Parts: sequence; C-alpha cells; structure tokens
Amino acid sequence: MDRRNFLASSAALGGLAVFGSFQKALAQGTGPIKIGLLTPLTGVVASGGKEIVEGFNLYWDQVGKKAGGREVQVFIEDDGSNPDIALQKARKLTEQTKVDFLVGDLLANTGLAVAEYAKTTGIPYFIPVIAADDLTQRARIPNVLRVAGYTASQMPRPLADYAYKKLGYRNIITISQDYTFGHEQCGGFAQVFTELGGKIVAQHWNPLNTQDFSPYLAQIQAAKPDAVFAMETGADASRFIQQWSNFGLKGKIALLGAQNATDQSVIRTLGAEAAGIISSAHFAEGNDSPATRKFVDEYNAAYKHLPSIYGFSHYSAALWLAQAINAINGNVEDRPKFLAAVREVVLTTSPLGHPVHLDKYGNPIYDVYIRDVVQRPDGKYWNVPIATYPEVSQFWTYDPEEYMKQPPYSRNFQGIKKS
Amino acid sequence: MQSRTLWTALVVALLAALPLLLTGYQTSLATLTLIYALLAMSIDILAGYAGRTPLCHGAIFGVATYVVMYFVTTAGGSPWVGMLLGILVAIGVSLVFAALAVRTTGVYFLLLTLALGMVVWGICQRWTSVTGGENGLRGAVRPAWLLDPMHFYYFVLAVGLVATLVMWRFVNSPFGLTLRGIRESESRMKSLGYHTTRHLIAGFMFSGLMAGVSGVLYALFNSFVSPSTVALAQSVKGLLMAIIGGVGTLFGGVVGAAVIIALENIVSSYTERWSMVLGLLFVLTMIFAPEGIVGKLRSLRRGAKK
Repeated sequence: MDRRNFLASSAALGGLAVFGSFQKALAQGTGPIKIGLLTPLTGVVASGGKEIVEGFNLYWDQVGKKAGGREVQVFIEDDGSNPDIALQKARKLTEQTKVDFLVGDLLANTGLAVAEYAKTTGIPYFIPVIAADDLTQRARIPNVLRVAGYTASQMPRPLADYAYKKLGYRNIITISQDYTFGHEQCGGFAQVFTELGGKIVAQHWNPLNTQDFSPYLAQIQAAKPDAVFAMETGADASRFIQQWSNFGLKGKIALLGAQNATDQSVIRTLGAEAAGIISSAHFAEGNDSPATRKFVDEYNAAYKHLPSIYGFSHYSAALWLAQAINAINGNVEDRPKFLAAVREVVLTTSPLGHPVHLDKYGNPIYDVYIRDVVQRPDGKYWNVPIATYPEVSQFWTYDPEEYMKQPPYSRNFQGIKKS
Repeated sequence: MQSRTLWTALVVALLAALPLLLTGYQTSLATLTLIYALLAMSIDILAGYAGRTPLCHGAIFGVATYVVMYFVTTAGGSPWVGMLLGILVAIGVSLVFAALAVRTTGVYFLLLTLALGMVVWGICQRWTSVTGGENGLRGAVRPAWLLDPMHFYYFVLAVGLVATLVMWRFVNSPFGLTLRGIRESESRMKSLGYHTTRHLIAGFMFSGLMAGVSGVLYALFNSFVSPSTVALAQSVKGLLMAIIGGVGTLFGGVVGAAVIIALENIVSSYTERWSMVLGLLFVLTMIFAPEGIVGKLRSLRRGAKK
C-alpha cells in the first residue's frame, strides 16, 4: 500500500488504542465507596434533577465525604429525562465505572427501566424519588429499596380525605401527566374520594411536555367542578399554574395539587399564581419544626434557594445510606448484609423531625401534611402545613395483601368506586 | 480494486479483533455502533443513492424493536420468530410510508416522512395497552447463549457483515444504478421508460428492511423499548451518522455511527455539553467536508492518484 493508506490505517489503529485506554483501573477491596447517582440534568424535569445533586452532595459535604471509615465518591450521570438514556447510563455506571450501588432518577419511567436492569444484575438501587407504586408492592425487587422515598398513591390519599371531609368538595376533575406517576397519584386520590362518596366528574391526561393546556382548561371551565386535582411536574407544572391563572380559573374553581405541582422547584419561579394551592406531602419546607428549620436554613445558605422535594429526599437518602454503611463498617461489597442494614435503619435525624423507617415491603411510613402555599415575609412562596395525617403507609387504611389483589393503577383502572 | 479489498480485509480484521482489546462495557458500545451503522447505511440507500432524504427511519427502526419486545414479553414467543416478525412489520411500514411519500422530492419528502414518523411515535405513546405508553416495554429478550457481551458482539458483527454485503451488492446492481439515475434526473429516467415510482417504492422497502434488521438487533441489545426509540430524534441521529460518514458512500454509515456513539458515551463523561461538541463537529463537517469523512478520504485518495 502507498504511504497515504499506511498513515490512514495507522491513525485508525492509534485511535483505537486511545479508545482502549479508557479502561479504568479496577478498585481493589477497601478503596473508596463508589456511588452512582443518576439524575435528569437535561429534559423536562431538569430543574428537579439539578436539586437531586444538590441535596445528595450537601450531606456528603457536611460529613467530609466519608462513611463506614472509607472515602465516598459520587459519580453523577445525566439520564436525560428519558428511559433509554437512563438505561445506557446505568450500564455505564455499573459496568464501566463499577459503582457499588445506584441511587436516583426522577421520572417513573426511567426508574422502572433501571429497576429492571438492577433486577437482572443484582446491583443495589435506591430510589428516593421514583414513586412507581409496584416497585414496593406487587413487583417488588429485593435489591431495589425506596430509601427516604414514597409511593405515588401514598401522598394524595390524605388530600382526598381532607377535600371530602374538611373542604366539603363532592365533584372533582383530575388532570395529570400521562404516565405511571400521574396514573397512580390520580388513582390513589380517586379511590379514596369515591369510597367516601365523592364523584370524579372527568379525568384528563396530558402528554409530558405539554406547552398549551387551554383545551383542557376550556373543558374544565365548562364542567364547573367543585375542585380540580392537578398532577403535573417540572416545566409542565409551571406552565399549568400560570395558564390556570391566565385563563381566569384562579379563585373561581379550587385547585388541589400533587406535591410535585407545588414543589419549591416549581413555585419559586412563579408568583401569586401559586398562592392558595392545597397539596399533601411528608415534607413541607415551611414547617416550623426545629429539624426542618435547621435543614432549610442550611440548604438555603449553601444553594441560595429553598429546598424542594428532590433536594430533601436525596439529602435524607444520603443520611439513611450513611447510617446503614456505618452499621456494617463500610462493607458495601457484601450486598445481602448491606441491603439488610438499609432495611433496618430507623432514621431519627431526618429533617422531618420524626423517626422514619421502611415498612415490610420496602417503602417508608410518614406523617403526611396537608399544605397550603403562602407567601413569606420576604416575598417568596412556600408550603406550610395546615393539617397532619399521622403514620400514613403506602397502603393507607387498606390491608396490604387485600390491596395488592386489586390491579395496579393505570389509565384504565383508577380505583373509582361505582356508586 | 486491490486497495479496496485490502482496506475491507483490514477493517473486518480490526472489527473481529475489537472484543479482545476492549472491556465488556466497551464491547457493548461497539455492538451498539454496529447496530446504528446498519441504520445509518439503510438511510444512506435512500438519501445517498436514490436522492431522497428521509426523516422516518427512526420510526421504522423503533417499530421493529417494539414488535420484538411485545412478541417476547407480552405474547411470550421466541425471540427469533419475534425478530422475523419485526423485520416483516418494518417492510410493511416502509411500504405504507413509501406509497404516501415517494411522489414528492426534496424538502417535501423530508417533511412528509417526518410527519409519518411522528404518527408512529404518537401511536406508540398513546396505545398504552400494547406499547406500554411512556413506560415502554421491558423484559429479558436475549437468548442465553448471547448474554456474554463478546458473543453478542460477534453475532451482531456476523449479521452486520451479511447485511452490509447485501446492501453493497444492491447499490451496485442494475437496480441500484436505476436509483442513482433517478437521483440524477427523474424526468430523464421516466422518458427512458422506467416506472420511477415503483423503483422508489421498492428501494424504500429495501431500505426499511435494513432499518428493521437494525431495530430487531437493538431489541436484543437493550431489552427495553420506549417511545423515544421511535422519536424524531432517532431518525435525526441516523441521518446525522449517514451525513457525517458521507452520504452516498454506504460505508460512511459505519464511520458516522462510531463518531456519534463515541461522542455520546465518551465525551459525555467529561462534559454535560457533549451535544454542543456534536453540533460543532457537524458544522465543521459541513464546511470542510460536506461529502462526509469517508467521502473526503475517497476524494483525497482520488486526488493523490493523479
């Protein structure tokens, strides 16, 4: 071959050698503990994704990046708010970076994809935000635990109870993003509300990343319900709340929100449009319990904004995992021992101010607050508790085994009791 | 032709030796590159040889993936039958697309195929009972003997080499030459007595077949499918791979796939803004090497021979 061909093929081989040199040296035994944090840094829920990193890192920075006597390294990967990319990154973290366990993800569909991967490879996967019900119910996986997390249907049930009994609503329309998290939140709400005797007049489902809600708002306006339960997250939630106000429905029809709709990550960019929306969650940044106050102040000092559910849940998850790691002296390589330690943790130092532990099925039990969005003296808006429902589990007042006999919530099954 | 066969032998030997040089994870990236290379080459058949640039091949690719996933996880069938069905459905979908789009050219063809791809995406998003909606379909699809990354790589390489050979024979056959003639001047071909519409439909279906092969391999690779697999971004990615490699060169698809997958996976470890790097690369390619990397190499070699 002539010189040009030779140069070209050598360059190709040389390039290959560079490609090959990306192999990382394998950690031996007692090196640092490697944590793989998957989070959406781009896409529709990027605002929440960024705060996942903030909350998680805040804890590790506070304890000097150590646990169980070993150094802790956090490897962050962007899951792009997309299950295909989440799966790719999970593979990369597990097979190339060789992390000891995975944490994170935000959207339920990304979590389900990675959970399936965790199931086949056995790597521990902790999901403080992924709320897909079945991951701790019918389809529970031994190495997937909802550390410091919650199920989608766990939180709206007290709200449905409050809406019927205290606020006196009888006819409600639900509008929600059309994916598992939305189906389950609405299902949890609808089942309790209809069992008490209320009526779900209509249910609207919008695709993720809906820019224009006016077709739905027009239908809601025509139907004139007592209240609307809105399950939106991220950019969709901001747009919905703004358009609700611009459309003229604010003040005319009561608005109940899922906790994600009135989450700090959404309302801090809005103004008065967000005031007065009632939601329910285990975390209310306006709660004046000392533990919550301390956490909110520390978070605000570090990041110059109030913590959202994403920041809070990953801070608590880091706290939880550190407690488990300390209990087993840093031996995370022994996966059964590590998972057992995580299950046994009773978290007394959580920013919630009350002890939290996992139920038999891998999901925590919380006191749930009914929250209202009010304005602080400095002009910012936050969620303040106005009522408390103690010890709410993922099963509400139902018997777990009986409850799991009914199908999982979906677009077709919303638990609506036929009267 | 001697340097051509020498080149080909060198490349095939390199590809065969890769798993021995790389880790398991990198081998799986190489497998993904081969799968996407097939997609890029299938797009090149239409864009480069027939002169019609499509933005729907991501949808054809993804539909084949969906068929395999559905057949194996929901219907409980064998992956091999699923793959065959996937390819057949891909051909069927391309027939429908072709019948609707082939009478248009240029920008209109681009937009029409884009719209058709979006229809497929919309169906995959909303038909939750079959496609799983946003959650997609997941479950173990790969047969046990292909679970090892190295074995799977060689399997995909074998399928890929056969498919590439078929495509190469196709574009150099009289039928392929007819497509090139249609690209040069459709009216002249018509005046010579060729049914250009029928030729284009057949060419589209062949291209769809290859995109389908790529799609079924992706199902085995990923064991997961969601609406993002059929989205416009997938079609654009395939087209970009074809363009960066070199439209009309066929093998450019392989180079383009390697470049983009390397960017996605390796560069993204160093910066969040890897898509800016991709954009910059694309702009530079368009300015300095609009005929693509392989196209540029070929024209340099032709220049050197003078």
